[in-house]
Amino acid sequence: MAGDSRATGRIATMLGSIGHRVTDGLIRLGFATRFFLMILLGSGQSFRRLHLTIREIYFAGFQSLLIILVSGLFIGMVLGMQGYETLQRYGSADALGVLVALSLVRELGPVVAALLFASRAGSSITAEIGLMKATEQLTAMDMMAVNPIARVVAPRFWGGVISMPLLAALFSATGILGGYLIGVVFIGVDEGAFWSQMQASVDFRYDVWSGIVKSFVFGIAVSLIAVFEGYDALPTAEGVSSSIKSTVVKSALAILALDFVLTSFMFREA
Amino acid sequence: MSAENLVEISSLDFAYEDRPILDGISLRIPRGKVVAIMGGSGCGKTTLLRLIGGQLKPSRGEVLVDGQSVPHLDEEELYALRRRMGMLFQFGALFTDISVFDNVAYQMREHTDLPEELIRDMVLMKLNAVGLRGAHGLMPAELSGGMARRVALARAIALDPMLIMYDEPFAGLDPISLGIIGQLIRRLNDALGATTIMVTHDIQESLLIVDYIYFMSDGKVVALGTPDEIRASQHPFVHQFVFAEADGPVPFHYPAVPLAHELLGSAAHGGR
Repeated sequence: MAGDSRATGRIATMLGSIGHRVTDGLIRLGFATRFFLMILLGSGQSFRRLHLTIREIYFAGFQSLLIILVSGLFIGMVLGMQGYETLQRYGSADALGVLVALSLVRELGPVVAALLFASRAGSSITAEIGLMKATEQLTAMDMMAVNPIARVVAPRFWGGVISMPLLAALFSATGILGGYLIGVVFIGVDEGAFWSQMQASVDFRYDVWSGIVKSFVFGIAVSLIAVFEGYDALPTAEGVSSSIKSTVVKSALAILALDFVLTSFMFREA
Repeated sequence: MSAENLVEISSLDFAYEDRPILDGISLRIPRGKVVAIMGGSGCGKTTLLRLIGGQLKPSRGEVLVDGQSVPHLDEEELYALRRRMGMLFQFGALFTDISVFDNVAYQMREHTDLPEELIRDMVLMKLNAVGLRGAHGLMPAELSGGMARRVALARAIALDPMLIMYDEPFAGLDPISLGIIGQLIRRLNDALGATTIMVTHDIQESLLIVDYIYFMSDGKVVALGTPDEIRASQHPFVHQFVFAEADGPVPFHYPAVPLAHELLGSAAHGGR
């Protein structure tokens, strides 16, 4: 009897904790949606006083260039080697340019650049906003009749949204250069075939444009997660550290889930 | 509301979720005066400042600032009112990514269309008033605690506010900085024709500079008076505070079961 009631108690506790997690998650989702609307409402200043947004593009975008370009180059070189190894078995090594370009432009460029952007820029945006909150800088701003969402959050959000497609494009471009270096310069694939097949097979509407759309959506997701986690951080050292971790984990999951959804729609359209 | 009071608070209740902080508090802050709100840590002093500044909304009661009901203002009206308020936060809350000069110039640039030359002169004058004109090029990280507090003070008075609020202005300062900040609070209030509310638990420093003191405990006003009345007060809470006694109406011990009971009880439970 006692064992039965203990088991029932455990199940009730477990159900209770699942219920709490679900309601907490829904409440936070509601907060995030409201926060997103507040960012949109407070975005006027980000464009009227463009220097605020340009400053954030410099911090989030320009300062991420090194990691984006180096990673793009290496991924392109690996694609060149792996692609050549597979294609030459079927005697289609000339199609290496197409393989490298399509993989990068449609998939790897937007996804890997977004993952790198989330770890490099997203985490620092969360840390900065979280620390501003912990040191009462956001409250001080609010008391000075300056809306912190319009002045601090919105420019960082738009800085991220604008930077992301540009970084993904640069990632893909250096990746293609990496594939060219390995395929044409080192392995000796025909240079004419490498470029001409790429030019003939990569469609702007279906391939390049879908990559741009993906990276734009990832930019919105990562930037929103980064600013929200920072703004919602508990104002303590542990709170800020946990928010930074959340930004990286949630951004990665959001990017991969959104990639799946967007790709399925894009294939259906094609 | 009478015209001689800049701030009037009546029957104010406030709770964080189900934890009551303020319980039917009423007080008046006359124009042009320096008023201290004192009490132990966690008695609701800072919450009271946040309610006056409109950062929190009371569950009941009224907060009037210059005749306007703060809890009922919309965002635009609240921001218009806050432009006439200055607030000094406990640790300064300076913007760490910009210099001392830019911190003081912040509100001028955000809220006015003044030319940069004029802003420069005004910022240097504000910094001169707190004795830190020479430090205008430093970053906040390069300042000592007392200097940061003075820069924050210059920033709080940047737009010549009608009401200046200080949250623990003396916390963590050495005796020299403490005296300087105290004198500045008094001098700036009189020079600007402003009204000052100072939340603090530094009784000795406050008695030297304020016109009036409210004592708070458990979310209520328990005593009030001028510095002379406070010094002469026989109220047990005031007495404990003024003479810094460890025990009294504010107990030394956090509420707990009797020690003997706890020790014997824990022995009976195998030392846990």
